[in-house]
Amino acid sequence: MRNLFRFIRRYHFFFFFLVLQVVALFLTLSSQHFQQAYLFHSSNTLSGYVYRTYHSVSNYMYLRDVNEQLLEDNRRLMERNRENFLITDQQVFQHEDSVYQRRYTYLNAGVINKSVNRRNNYMTLNKGRRHGIEPDMGVITGNGVAGIIMYVSDNFSSVMSLLHSDMLVSVKIGKNNHIGTLQWEGGDYRRTVMSYIPPHVDLSEGDSIFTSGHSRVFPENVFVGTIEDWEVRRGENFFTATVKMAIDHNKLSLVYVVKNLMREEHEELESAVPGDIQF
Amino acid sequence: MFRWKLLLMFFAIVLLQVLILNNVYLGGYINPQVYVLFVLILPFGTRGWHLLLLAFFLGMLIDVFEDSIAIHTASTVMLAFARPFVLRLLTGKQPDDAGDVPSFRTLGTMTLLVYSLILILIHHLVLFFMEMFHFRDFTETIVRVVLSGGLTLLFVIIGFVLFNSPTAKR
Repeated sequence: MRNLFRFIRRYHFFFFFLVLQVVALFLTLSSQHFQQAYLFHSSNTLSGYVYRTYHSVSNYMYLRDVNEQLLEDNRRLMERNRENFLITDQQVFQHEDSVYQRRYTYLNAGVINKSVNRRNNYMTLNKGRRHGIEPDMGVITGNGVAGIIMYVSDNFSSVMSLLHSDMLVSVKIGKNNHIGTLQWEGGDYRRTVMSYIPPHVDLSEGDSIFTSGHSRVFPENVFVGTIEDWEVRRGENFFTATVKMAIDHNKLSLVYVVKNLMREEHEELESAVPGDIQF
Repeated sequence: MFRWKLLLMFFAIVLLQVLILNNVYLGGYINPQVYVLFVLILPFGTRGWHLLLLAFFLGMLIDVFEDSIAIHTASTVMLAFARPFVLRLLTGKQPDDAGDVPSFRTLGTMTLLVYSLILILIHHLVLFFMEMFHFRDFTETIVRVVLSGGLTLLFVIIGFVLFNSPTAKR
């Protein structure tokens, strides 16, 4: 026994190193399966407040871009205004009626931290549980998909960015509604990859990509980007297309969080269906 | 006196890393990890377990800010573990004054360069491979290690130049 203690004392540097390293590895491995590594997410209080303080100074530099973005959003909304349309049929015109039931609502939020230079990127938003944000809500901007809420604290939330290896989005090609899967493969943060496009589909440069609406997270027809290039990868039977994303992840400043009001109903129904359904 | 300076440097270097350097975008591959300078610049006589514990908390704080789960903790602890061995390898023996910190004066330019280079490489290898989590994109990860490591080394050397004068007069 005494020899054992002497042994440990003699090599305490090594043993202490082992203990710390095992703690770190345990945290890394367990986080792959459990979402409880709460301390390590920027929605936690300490880093949330530091980022918010920093952001309150640094966001003055983005004011010009933010203004342009808001103008563009406003323009798009004005285009949809009822006054822009001429009523050609005087007999029936109802704008809001019981036929239309609201499915999505939107919350606006500010991005207080983000990254684009890692393999798995995250963002932090300045709103959290208190403002009605819950995990698995979608995050979009006026012109594109940005990510999905992962963790929320009272005042902040962590977003898994589109630039994350675990982030798969069901998308479609605008002109012919063919479905594919969007997943970032690293490297350039402005381009991502749409795979599993059937090889008979007619593609051309500049084709628009939208969300398919198959997921419970994003509404249909949210713009994602445009096709730049495509190929058949070795050993595959599908087209894989390079998509230039519409939003600049490095400049994200204001976002909208999408709340799906029929989410539970949707989940309940699909959980009743046997077999795996992938989203 | 010296302890307060270290504490100040600890927080200054974390803020420098997470608020400024992590927002630098250079081609999607390069992300300098300048916070390792803190472990590199600790005095020669720092006790082993102080070294490891400081590295552990430094890495953990970076992880908290970067949303990365314990990968900086693991790589910084590895760096701290390797430090005494690299020092012994390069200098042969412990320097006479245990309170001295590694600098151009105490180690010499060439030794300081090699010392920083080896430890930065160890740190970046662990970090980027843990980030990929498997060896699928082996060459790409090696490219990231080399490019980011080079830039980190440059910043660390600048750091040594900046910290050289006050500690020499201490």
